[in-house]
Amino acid sequence: MKTLAADSAQKTNQGKIINDFSIQVATVNGSGSQSSNTVLMRSIFQMGIPVSGKNLFPSNIAGLPTWFTIRVNKDGWVARKKEIDILVAMNPQTAIDDVKALRPGAICVSPVELNLNKIRDDVQHYLVPFTELAAQASDNIKLRKLLTNMIYVGVVAELLDIDQAEIDVAIGRQFEGKGKAIDLNLAAAAKGREWTKANLKKEDAYYVERMNKTAGKIIIDGNAAAALGCLFAGATVVTWYPITPSSSLCETLSDYMEEYRVDKKTGKASYAIIQAEDEIAALGMALGAGWAGARSMTSTSGPGISLMGEFTGLGYFAEIPTVIFDVQRVGPSTGMPTRTAQADLISAYQLSHGDTKHIVLLPGSVEECYSLALEAFDLAERFQTPVFVLSDLDLGMNNWMSDPFKYPEKPMDRGKVLDKDQLEKLGKFERYRDVDGDGIPYRTLPGTDHPLAAYFTRGSGHNEKAAYTEKSEDYINLMERLDKKYQTARKYVPKPVLHLSKDAKVGIVAFGSSDPAILESVDQLKSASMPVSYLRVKALPFTEELRKFVEQHDRVYVVEQNRDRQMRDLITLEMPDLATKLKSIRHYNGLPVDARSVTDAILEQER
Amino acid sequence: MVDAVVKPQGTPAPKTNRIGLTLADYKGAPSTLCDGCGHDAITSQIIKACYDLGVSPHMVAKMSGIGCSSKTPAYFLSQAHGFNSVHGRMPSVATGVAMANKNLQILAVSGDGDTASIGLGQFCHIVRRNVPMVYLVENNGVYGLTKGQFSATAEKGAKLKSGVQNELQSIDLCGLAIELGCGFVGRSFAGDPKQLVALLKAAMSHKGTAVLDVISPCVTFNNHEGSTKSYKYAKEHEIPLHELGYVPFFEQITVDYEPGSVQEVAMHDGSKLTLKKTERNYDPTNREKAAATIVEANQNKQFLTGLLYIDESKNSFTDVMHLEDHPLATLPAEQTRPGKEVLQEIMKSLM
Repeated sequence: MKTLAADSAQKTNQGKIINDFSIQVATVNGSGSQSSNTVLMRSIFQMGIPVSGKNLFPSNIAGLPTWFTIRVNKDGWVARKKEIDILVAMNPQTAIDDVKALRPGAICVSPVELNLNKIRDDVQHYLVPFTELAAQASDNIKLRKLLTNMIYVGVVAELLDIDQAEIDVAIGRQFEGKGKAIDLNLAAAAKGREWTKANLKKEDAYYVERMNKTAGKIIIDGNAAAALGCLFAGATVVTWYPITPSSSLCETLSDYMEEYRVDKKTGKASYAIIQAEDEIAALGMALGAGWAGARSMTSTSGPGISLMGEFTGLGYFAEIPTVIFDVQRVGPSTGMPTRTAQADLISAYQLSHGDTKHIVLLPGSVEECYSLALEAFDLAERFQTPVFVLSDLDLGMNNWMSDPFKYPEKPMDRGKVLDKDQLEKLGKFERYRDVDGDGIPYRTLPGTDHPLAAYFTRGSGHNEKAAYTEKSEDYINLMERLDKKYQTARKYVPKPVLHLSKDAKVGIVAFGSSDPAILESVDQLKSASMPVSYLRVKALPFTEELRKFVEQHDRVYVVEQNRDRQMRDLITLEMPDLATKLKSIRHYNGLPVDARSVTDAILEQER
Repeated sequence: MVDAVVKPQGTPAPKTNRIGLTLADYKGAPSTLCDGCGHDAITSQIIKACYDLGVSPHMVAKMSGIGCSSKTPAYFLSQAHGFNSVHGRMPSVATGVAMANKNLQILAVSGDGDTASIGLGQFCHIVRRNVPMVYLVENNGVYGLTKGQFSATAEKGAKLKSGVQNELQSIDLCGLAIELGCGFVGRSFAGDPKQLVALLKAAMSHKGTAVLDVISPCVTFNNHEGSTKSYKYAKEHEIPLHELGYVPFFEQITVDYEPGSVQEVAMHDGSKLTLKKTERNYDPTNREKAAATIVEANQNKQFLTGLLYIDESKNSFTDVMHLEDHPLATLPAEQTRPGKEVLQEIMKSLM
């Protein structure tokens, strides 16, 4: 089957385009395409070429459209790429729109019967008789559907010149332990490949070529990375309620815990994982456990954060440690549960009625999902307060390349907990007294066998001795100490990441999963002769580095994935004197931010 | 004469229990509730039960939600840690405590508003999980702290002080607990200290969730004519299902009963509950019968008290979770942070 080259100009003018393109596979949710897409992505990764994969899926189990995008980039840029170079249009429901959205010169692999070549002739079509090939691959109609997915892997592999050996390895890995499935899938991929070799003429410029940029790297999603952080942080009480996109954090943690935290001899667990009746109960359990001395945590997304408001205020006011992961999705309300956003920043930061402000950690990579999870438990116990870790769907549910994670170097910081002997030595204990001048009081755990140990925890007004009070001076004393504790936290939270460019007058401030797009944008701006510096905030409260950065630059673009400029507003509140320097770039369409959009927005405002 | 003078002995040393503590050692701060509040009567029995049992105060965690009843943990066992949490959410907090330190005896106090309305969901789920704890509902049919609105346990036809009549059916927490599979369900009355203290001790010997619904009249807002939760009404309508006795595990007392007149229930800690039968011949080990008895009593406007249902064979939540013997809260880091080789193994699997 031979089709005309739609954009031969590009090909002949530029020659081969190697290791720099994006592939989008459009399928139907629940059709089993996830395995094939993982095989495709992994086989490229195994060839040493940097890749990233993003799954754009509906809030649905089966039947609605889904898209998986793989970005292949020799320079290691892993953010979402705005333009699609190669479309595999397997979903008849969306095929027409999908092909219409392509830029001229892009490639479209599609089932022959969809006749997509009649929709556009300015893209390079490869029409494949998938139905026929699947029928040859299996007699079982149900299996044919699944195998079709592996057939397109074979087609794409042949077109791009992906090593067959790597495809085989990736399939073996994907279906590990299921011999029959491995054989069937290997055969299906081979079928796609052979047919392509025999029937299609390569009429495009895209190729992969072996590199050595992924040796020693891992592929992991942010939720699994955070789960590993919790495992090595020594979390002992884990509570959760199922919600997209956070469920897989606790589910993965559960798998790891079962494997590594159950005594092989006694069968006894050094942890408890509880699926709660709702997010309110999930946080209630985590706080109860934190109060009794356990390293506790819960994981949720926006709607759960809303439900956790009252308990978060209790945790703040009664000073109880716990860690709350918020894998953000698009809100408000149910919003778009399977799309990404950074719009819970202010609500998490100030969650609860009354005057509250919390420590919030902002991981910008899967490695930081791991390392900031570790840090969150130390901070929670050191500061005796709920600590939020704000990830998002893009970071949490998509697969990312990373250097392997490092084993924690520091011992756990269990904070200011007095035991029986210390109480005996001190001869005095007041739960909410600022003994050290850092705003952080001492606590005791229930079960401590000393007459001084007991105290009464309450969400109502309390004095330094934890006794009920409605006295104005007691209340002010308490609130001022809580603020002091918060100021102390500025010195303990992770510092921002700085990328300073010489002579840059313009700065970018961003956080979280925007990082790869911003790094790429900084590079694009540099190519456009516009040096910019970049500061990535890793935590609230802000540290002194942020003020310095804003002072150093004439204009600072705060890039964030929400409508209301939440980060910019928080910075404005922090340094109103510098507010006029702050500009805003927002990206809130539910898709991960891409570099090109940021670059264009900055160039437009700067020129 | 001189010899005959009796030297002053001072006050005699107060009586102590088996761990050497006095009754006063089990007290808390003075109550701030209204004089004559049923809750204070219950507090006294909690103090007595803990003293009699020789409970170590530091091993007790006192839990509560919000409301008049939820204030009471401050009024007993001042040497135990206490946690007055948020309205209707005590069960989840208690669940977390139980997981963090399974050696603690959780003594939880809630009210009818805290449990039957805002906290009904959490009540159901703590019973479903069978978290080891005493779940005491001090039930007066009204919201006291907000000045006397009906709660969901107010009987249909009951009248507020203002004369407003309750048109809605009440929720029977004991019936609900039995339906949910609770292994220990009792109902009592703040004005029946003898029965209450026996039930409290038995509840503390139970290894899962023990639900005690105790009618505790609100002297300010619900103790008038027309109330079905007043002292007068409860006294007049109380029908004990049996005469309760409790023999703790550390007292080996054998009493001879007339054959067939007493049912003995062995508690999992070795204590014994004796139920001296009345003419009703009630068997609290029959779940279906217990449920039917409650429905029937409500229809006939009878106020049945005693041990409604017991099943000592159920696994508690800490059993189900297969927790380490040592409390999770204080496990050493070597047990909670896997070694470097584990991380390396995981990293390798992700390459």
